[in-house]
Amino acid sequence: MKPEPKVGMTVEAKLGTLEWKKAPESHISLRDSSPQAPCVVKCQDKPCVTVCPAKVYEWEAEHKKVVVNYENCIECGACRMLCPYDNIICDWPIGGMGVKYKYG
Amino acid sequence: MSDTAYDAIVVGAGPAGTAAAITMARAGLKVALLERGEYPGAKNVQGAVLYSRMLHEIVPDFWKSPDAAVERPVVEQKTCITTEDSWITFGYKSLKFLEGVPNCYTIIRVKFDQWFAAQAEAAGAELFCGVTVREVIRKDGRIAGIKTSDGDELEASVVLACDGANSLLAQKAGFIDELKPVEVALGAKEIIALDPKVIEDRFQLNPGEGSAMELFGSVTMGMLGYAFLYTNRESISLGVGCRLSDYQAKGLRPSDHLELLKQHPFIKKMISGGKTLEYSSHLIPEGGYKSMPPLYADGFLVAGDAAQMTNPAYREGSNLAMTAGRLAGETVIEAKKKGDFSGATLSVYAAKLKASYVLQDMEEAKDLEDAVASVPDFLAVYPKLACDVAHLRFCADGVPKKSHLKQAQKIIGQRGLLRVARDLWPLRKVGL
Ligand SMILES: Cc1cc2nc3c(=O)[nH]c(=O)nc-3n(C[C@H](O)[C@H](O)[C@H](O)COP(=O)(O)OP(=O)(O)OC[C@H]3O[C@@H](n4cnc5c(N)ncnc54)[C@H](O)[C@@H]3O)c2cc1C
Repeated sequence: MKPEPKVGMTVEAKLGTLEWKKAPESHISLRDSSPQAPCVVKCQDKPCVTVCPAKVYEWEAEHKKVVVNYENCIECGACRMLCPYDNIICDWPIGGMGVKYKYG
Repeated sequence: MSDTAYDAIVVGAGPAGTAAAITMARAGLKVALLERGEYPGAKNVQGAVLYSRMLHEIVPDFWKSPDAAVERPVVEQKTCITTEDSWITFGYKSLKFLEGVPNCYTIIRVKFDQWFAAQAEAAGAELFCGVTVREVIRKDGRIAGIKTSDGDELEASVVLACDGANSLLAQKAGFIDELKPVEVALGAKEIIALDPKVIEDRFQLNPGEGSAMELFGSVTMGMLGYAFLYTNRESISLGVGCRLSDYQAKGLRPSDHLELLKQHPFIKKMISGGKTLEYSSHLIPEGGYKSMPPLYADGFLVAGDAAQMTNPAYREGSNLAMTAGRLAGETVIEAKKKGDFSGATLSVYAAKLKASYVLQDMEEAKDLEDAVASVPDFLAVYPKLACDVAHLRFCADGVPKKSHLKQAQKIIGQRGLLRVARDLWPLRKVGL
C-alpha cells in the first residue's frame, strides 16, 4: 500500500465538516472477514483502504484485518467497484440514516 | 404512507425523479416520490452548473421567481490547461448568456433539490423522505411496486428508477450489472466560503454574475478527468472528477487529490482566504451510451444517472436527467390513458429519448473517452506541449523569433506530427 501524501487538510478534518444521522447497524460488510479473506492473503494494494473518500476502510496490520468504520461513510458507492476481489457488500443505510449534506 | 395504489412510484428525488413526478402529477396522476435522504438533496453532490432550458421546460421562467434555488447566472466559461508551474487560460464571456432563458446557473444541490421537490409537491405529488427502497415487487411477471428498508410495500402501475449513479434498484431488478471502475468517475469537492465581493473581484464579475472553469492537465496527475472551479453567491465550488480505475491504480484518496490540487499556484490564489464549509464525494456514471441498461420493461422505467445518462465532456448530467425524467413522465401519462403499462407501450420513452438531444449527444460522444484513454499519456503530454509552445511565443529572450518557431516545430516534431493529429482528432467532437 502507498503511504498517504502529506496534505494541508486531512481526510479526517474534511469529514469534520459533515453531519450524519447514525444508523444503529452497519450497511457495509465484508463477504469474507476470516483470516483467509482475500484482503489478508491476496490483496496487495487494498484500494478500499487507499481510495475510499471517507476512510471507511482501515488496514490493521497488527491484527491483519480490514476494519470497516461504517459511520464515516458518505455513500458514494465506489467501494464495491474498487474491491478487486468482490469482497465488499454495501447497500444504502436504512431510510433517513447516514450522511446529511448541507450543500452537496 | 397511504395504502391506496399509485399510478406511479418514483424512486429518488433528484433532477430525474422530481422532473418525472412534476410532469405526472400535473396531469392528475397519483404519484409517490420516494427519497432515502432525510430531505431531498441530503445525499446528492454536483459541481454544479445547471443548464436552464431543460428546467424551464418543466418550471417555466423559474429564474424569475425570487425563491428559485439558483446561485449565479454564468456569464463566462473558462478552460485552464495546466502544468505544475504554468497554465494557459482561455474563455468566452458574453452578455447574451443573460438574455432570454439564461444559459446556465451555478447551484447548490441541497438547496436546489429541496426547492425542486417542493414544486413536485405543489403539483400534487406525495413526497416521502427517509424512505430507502430496497427492491421491486413483481406480480404476474411485471414490476408492480416496491419494498422499503422498513419492510413496507407499495404498489403502482409503474415504477420509475431515478435513483442515481449507483442504481441498486436497477441492479436488483436485473437490468444492470455492477459497474466497473472504468465505467464511473469518482468526484470530490469542497464548498469554500468567500466574501461575494472577493469572488467578484477575483473572477472579474459584476455583482451577482457567475463564472465556471474546468481545468485539465497536471491537476489530474495523469488520471482521466478534470478539475472544476465554479462561483456560488457566497462560496466557490472546487472539485475533481477522475476515472475510478485511475484512482484505484494510483492508490490516491480523492480528498488528498483535492489538497494536491489546492497547491497549484493558480488554484492557491483563487481560493486564498477561503474556509472549507463542506467536503463531499459522489460517483459520476461515465460509461456512456455503451453502458446504458435497458430503459424500460413491463411496469418499469429508468432515467438519469441510473441509466448512465451523462455527457461528461460537456459537464452535462443534471439537464439530461431532467429531460429524461420529463419524457418518462410523459410516457406514463400516455400509458395511463391507454390503460396499458406494458413494455411495448413504455417503449415510447426510448423513442422520445432518441428523438431528443439526450441519446443523440450520448451516441455522438460514445467513443470519446476510450479514444482519449487509448493514448495513456494524453493528459500529461498535450498540456505540457501547449505550455511549452506558449512559453516560446511570449518570451523575449534575445534569440531571433525564427529560432523560436524552429524550436516549437521541434517540440511538436518529437511527438510526430501525424501522431499529434491522430491523438487530437477525436476531440473535434467537443469543438461544438
Ligand atoms: C462532482 C460532480 C460534479 C458534477 N457536475 C455537474 C455539472 O456541473 N453539471 C451537470 O449537469 N451535472 C453534473 N454532475 C452530474 C449530476 O450530478 C448528475 O447527472 C445528476 O445528479 C443526475 O440526476 P439523477 O436525478 O439521475 O440522480 P441523483 O441526483 O443522484 O438523484 C438520485 C436520488 O435518488 C435517491 N435514491 C437513491 N437510491 C434510492 C433508494 N434506493 N431509495 C430511495 N431513494 C434513493 C438519492 O438519495 C437521490 O436523491 C456532477 C456530478 C458530480 C458527482
